[in-house]
This record gives sequence, structure tokens and C-alpha cells, in this order.
Amino acid sequence: MSPEVLSTPVVDTVKAPDRSQSRARAARRRKIVVTVVRVLLLIGILGLWEAFSRAEVIDPFNFSMPTKIWDQIWTWITHGTALGPLGEQIWYTLYEALLGWVLGVAAGVVFGIALGRITFLADVLGPYIKVLNSMPRIILAPIFLIWFGLGPASKVASAVVLVFFPVFFNAFQGAREVDRNLVANARILGASDRRVTLQVVIPSATSWIFTSLHVSFGFALIGAIVGEYIGATKGIGLLVSQSQNTFNAAGVYAAMVILAVVALAAEGLLTFVERRVFRWKPTNS
Amino acid sequence: MSADTSPAIQLRGASKIFRTPSGGLHTAVRELDLTVGRGEFVAVVGPTGCGKSTTLTLVSGLEEPTEGEVLVAGEPVHGVGDKVGFVFQQDATFPWRTVLSNVMAGPRFRGVPKAEARQKAREWLARVGLAAFEDRYPHQLSGGQRKRVALAATFVNDPEILLMDEPFSALDVQTRALMSDELLELWEGTGASVVFVTHDLEESIALADKVVVMTAGPATVKQVFDIDLPRPRKVESVRLEPRFIEIYREIWESLGEEVRITRERGAAHVA
Repeated sequence: MSPEVLSTPVVDTVKAPDRSQSRARAARRRKIVVTVVRVLLLIGILGLWEAFSRAEVIDPFNFSMPTKIWDQIWTWITHGTALGPLGEQIWYTLYEALLGWVLGVAAGVVFGIALGRITFLADVLGPYIKVLNSMPRIILAPIFLIWFGLGPASKVASAVVLVFFPVFFNAFQGAREVDRNLVANARILGASDRRVTLQVVIPSATSWIFTSLHVSFGFALIGAIVGEYIGATKGIGLLVSQSQNTFNAAGVYAAMVILAVVALAAEGLLTFVERRVFRWKPTNS
Repeated sequence: MSADTSPAIQLRGASKIFRTPSGGLHTAVRELDLTVGRGEFVAVVGPTGCGKSTTLTLVSGLEEPTEGEVLVAGEPVHGVGDKVGFVFQQDATFPWRTVLSNVMAGPRFRGVPKAEARQKAREWLARVGLAAFEDRYPHQLSGGQRKRVALAATFVNDPEILLMDEPFSALDVQTRALMSDELLELWEGTGASVVFVTHDLEESIALADKVVVMTAGPATVKQVFDIDLPRPRKVESVRLEPRFIEIYREIWESLGEEVRITRERGAAHVA
């Protein structure tokens, strides 16, 4: 046997882990590049904004600038807002949004599943729901203000009407699209109608419902903020409206930044819960 | 006549007519007469789409016949009874339940206490060789393992009547032979009557006491063949026996004609 013949396979086995290593390294490098470019983009935009505003290419009074916005947030954090401590405003808005969201989701799921299961109800109520859904429901916020006053109740109500419909439609669709085989199997195994609803229809509709939960928390925040904007005693929405009334553009942006952080935190929490609920699902990369 | 001496399943002049979405009428099954004795394994073969599955849904009580009668243990079928087990062609395991919980579902639906249901489920999981997999979810199993879960979930209810709708058609050939043997083993201990629908003639001869050949749709019974191969059988070896091949040829003469009719209809449809 010649030495060349012996050496070839040896080279090959050394090469294989080498290649996978270099592939892993390339993947890591790409990740770093993406992150760096992402940060640079943010810095670039904020920097341009700041520079243009300082050079008065854009009107600093109307458009404000990142440093001013940050100063505003910092003042709110350290000295509190005109309405009281910042934490209290955030808590108020969050409380209204959360309560509205929970109520809206509960109502949406119950009605969605009920109409999805009971064709008679769906046939009777179908057109009315379509009409209600086609209405821009945010217009109800002023009415709720008249009905429920300046307190949290009116904001909760507007959050509920915004949240209800997307959740309802998804739950309805989910209940309708249940695998017929699973229902037939459950019935053969001995499940009553109630059991089929609770143990087949609802579990298989959960993935539909969860999809709508992500969107609908955003809607709940919109409902709460718009409600506060129209009339309130506390909350981020009121902060926005006050900043607007005093031509404090930085204040409006600052409130936006705070809202974004709140919404992202809620989204993160929801994703965490979703992972726990859907342990039975295959993870698709 | 007492319920004990009447045959397990009797279809008398049963017809099933569906209303199609376009408003027309589709006859799936026409004047079907079929008797399945107690403890008998009957395979139903016929061309694809001829209405074999509909026969099973009539016996199970999931659908009611448009005309005629369906009797289970001498009693007319009204809705899903508790004597029947059904293994579906597609996967019908509940994806959000673990393997153990899937097998427990039947007894739990029927009001068996939890501890007892768990114990029975574990027994059947052991019998299908999945004892080590009880905490897995269906998506973590192979197709063959999921079918075993479905078998355990069906057998755990102690069905007197076992309906199987092409249960192994989605599996690869080797797994299929393995599952057929397992099915025979599981069945031999129970004394249940089986109606096994398939379009695979070899499978039907290897498994059954009686092979029923259906006509091209709308389905009705064309001919019934008794399979006199001795039990216990091993699916892989029994199909090499001369008697098996003889029976195969005999039945295929009858079935082949129906398959040809179906195929010609399909071709006419395309043309």
C-alpha cells in the first residue's frame, strides 16, 4: 500500500469537523454583522435627526430632537410629570389596557367558540357582527366617556370593543376549522357534545386564539390611550394630550417611547406564556 | 331472538345518499346487505372512492342510512354507541395530549375514574410497545408509533366491534406488515368483530376470515369470499403460501373488473 492511499482518508476526517467549525464561525460572524448594522442604523437616524434639528434644517420646535426627548423622559422619571409620578401614569394606562384586554379576550373567545359550534346562533347573529365589525369602533370612545365618565371604566370599555372583534373572529374560525377526524374520533371514544367542545374544539382553537392575542394587546393599548386622550384624570394618553396642548413635541415623543417599551414588555410576556401552553406543538424553525 | 345470538353487525338494504355542495345527489352506498358474525374478521375491498368508508360510518353511528337498516348486536343503530371502536385512516390522535393522556381519553370520556383509566391505558401502551413513550406528544413519534397509540386508544375501550378505515395505508411497507401482525395479536385476545376496509387485496386476505368485494361506486356487495388460511398467521409468510396465491387470483378476478370500471369512468371524466 502506498503512503498516498493511506493519507487521503485521514485528511478527509480532519477536514469534516473543520468545515463544520468554519460554518459555525461564519454564522456567528453574520449574526454580529447584523447586530452591528442594526445599531448603526438606529444611531444614524437619531444622529441625523439630532444634527438636522440643531442645524435648524428641520424646525426643532415642531420636530424636537432625541436629546430633548431623553431629557423629558429623565425629568419625568426623576421629578415626576405634571400629573404626578410617571410610574403612576404608566400603571394607570397599563391597568386599563390589561383589564380591557382580559375582558375583551374572554368575551371574544366565549362568543367565538359558541357561534362556531352552534350554527343557528352563527346564522342569526352573523350579519349583525359583520355590521359592528365594519364600523370604526374607536368612534365609540366619546360615547363611553359620556356613559362611564373620566375614570378608567370608559377606557376599559373602548379597549374591550377594540379587542373583542379580532379575538372573536379568530376563535370562531378556529372552532369552525377543527379537524373533523378529531371530532369524529372523540365521539367514537365516547365524548359528549360538551366534552367535544371543551376537550377538542377549544384546544385546537387555541393556536388561532393566540395569534389574535398578539395583535389585540396592541388594540387594547390603543383603546386605553385614545380614551385617555379624549378625557381622563391620569395616564399616558393624558400626558400626550397635555404635551400637545403646551406645544411640547418632546413630551409627545417621550410618551411614545414609554408606550413602545410597555408594549414590547407585554409582547415578551405573551410569547413566554405561549411557549408554555404550546409545548405539544412541533417547533418549526 | 336474544341479543346474544344475533350477529354482531347486520346491514339490510342500507343506502346512503349525500347532498353535494353543488346541490346534486351522490349515492355512496346502494342497497347494501352485509352480515358480520361475532368475533369474525371481515375485510372489505373495493376500488378507490367506491363508498367503503361510508359503510363504516353507517355502522359506527356517525352517519345514519338514508334507507334500510343497520343493526349492531341485533339493535338498530342510533348515534354513536359504546360498543364500537374506530381506527381512522388519517391521524386522529389529539396533538395536545401526551401519549398516555391520548390512550386515557376514551375511558375518561366514558366516566371511568382517573386512576383506573391511567392503569388501563398503561397496560395497553405496554402491549403496543410504547410504555417508554407515555410522556411524549404525538408530533414526537413516528407514523407507525402514532398508529400504535391509535390502536391502544381504541382497544382500551374494549370494543365489541372494531371498525378500521384503511388504518395502515399511510405507513411504509415494512411498518405496515409489522402493524398488521400486531393488530392480529391484539385482536386475537379480545374476541371483537372487525370490519377492515382497505384497497389492498393482499392485506385483506392476510388478515381476514372473510373478504367482501364491493362494486364500483355506488358501493354494494358484489361477492363474499371465505379465507380458509389457518390462524395464527404471520402476514409476511402467509402471502407466500400457494393457497394464498390461489385465493388472491380468485378474488382478483372479481375485484379487477370493478377496478377497471372505476378507471374507465375516471378516464371518461377526464376526456
